[in-house]
Amino acid sequence: MLVSVYRYNPETDDAPYMQDIHIDIPGGKDIMVLDLLQLLKDKDPSMAYRRSCREGVCGSDGMNMNGVNGLACITPLSAVVKDDKLVLRPLPGLPVIRDLVVDMGQFYKAYEKIKPFLINDTPPPAIERLQSPEDRAELDGLYECILCACCSTACPSFWWNPDKFIGPSGLLQAYRFLADSRDTATRERLADLDDPFSVFRCHGIMNCVAVCPKGLNPTKAIGKIRNMLLSQAT
Amino acid sequence: MVTSITSFGRSGLYDWMVQRVTAVILACYTVFMIGYLAFGAELTYDMWTELFQCTAMRIFTLLTLLSFAAHVWIGMWSVSTDYIKPTGMRFVFQSVTGLLTFVYVAWGIQILWGI
Repeated sequence: MLVSVYRYNPETDDAPYMQDIHIDIPGGKDIMVLDLLQLLKDKDPSMAYRRSCREGVCGSDGMNMNGVNGLACITPLSAVVKDDKLVLRPLPGLPVIRDLVVDMGQFYKAYEKIKPFLINDTPPPAIERLQSPEDRAELDGLYECILCACCSTACPSFWWNPDKFIGPSGLLQAYRFLADSRDTATRERLADLDDPFSVFRCHGIMNCVAVCPKGLNPTKAIGKIRNMLLSQAT
Repeated sequence: MVTSITSFGRSGLYDWMVQRVTAVILACYTVFMIGYLAFGAELTYDMWTELFQCTAMRIFTLLTLLSFAAHVWIGMWSVSTDYIKPTGMRFVFQSVTGLLTFVYVAWGIQILWGI
């Protein structure tokens, strides 16, 4: 098959380019894209990409495969390869450090903005803050985010305003803490989001939902934030 | 919290609400106009004049015109902050949009009460 990989080494290349590589898959097996990348790296050790857990838990190997963002380690070739060709690019919209490695700084800054930690101003109990099973269930579909950035880098609003729009991943996390029964900073969190950019740049196109490798639904969480803002307004 | 001085109402929630309410008004006016033109009697100059001499129609049209102005501003402001990054160019684009919208509203009022 033909693999076309985005290559860029700022130390030697003036501009990024696409490198076409013909490769035979051993045994014609339906391997994961990450395994394919390892085969390519065996051929050309200069190729750079991030990876760690190789089972869709760490969120390191988010990349754009034939135009769709996803985790290389849990994406089989059969799911993305078309006409025996695969185009691999870094996640769109973030600065490229080298080859498939992007600078996630902007993404983490958006995450930092939503204060991704429990805020509770009541005196701490002796052991732990308890939560009813029903309250805990509110966090399902929110806490599973692994911050791989597949969703935010598939979102045009995040491409155009990464410094102002929080992006689907950050907003999913924002709702994770807004929905937490143990958090007492709901009012302050909402006040921080009520500007024309942070939440309201979401136009509900649901690219984030389409690409999330964990099957989460940031658009739904954003809708819930909007409803919370609405219900506390007069 | 991102501060913004050129958006319609400074609050994202307010802009969002205005955008939706004005959209409903614009939709109602469109449905009314389509209904009037498609299912009413054959249109004559007298009928058209009579329709717009009616105070209720003038109020409905003015409401639609003002809704259109607010809707346009929020929409075009959004487009300009997405796609026009140099502040100077964005300011010019927003100024032209604002001026044009104001001209249309003033002109619309003149037409409505000039009948």
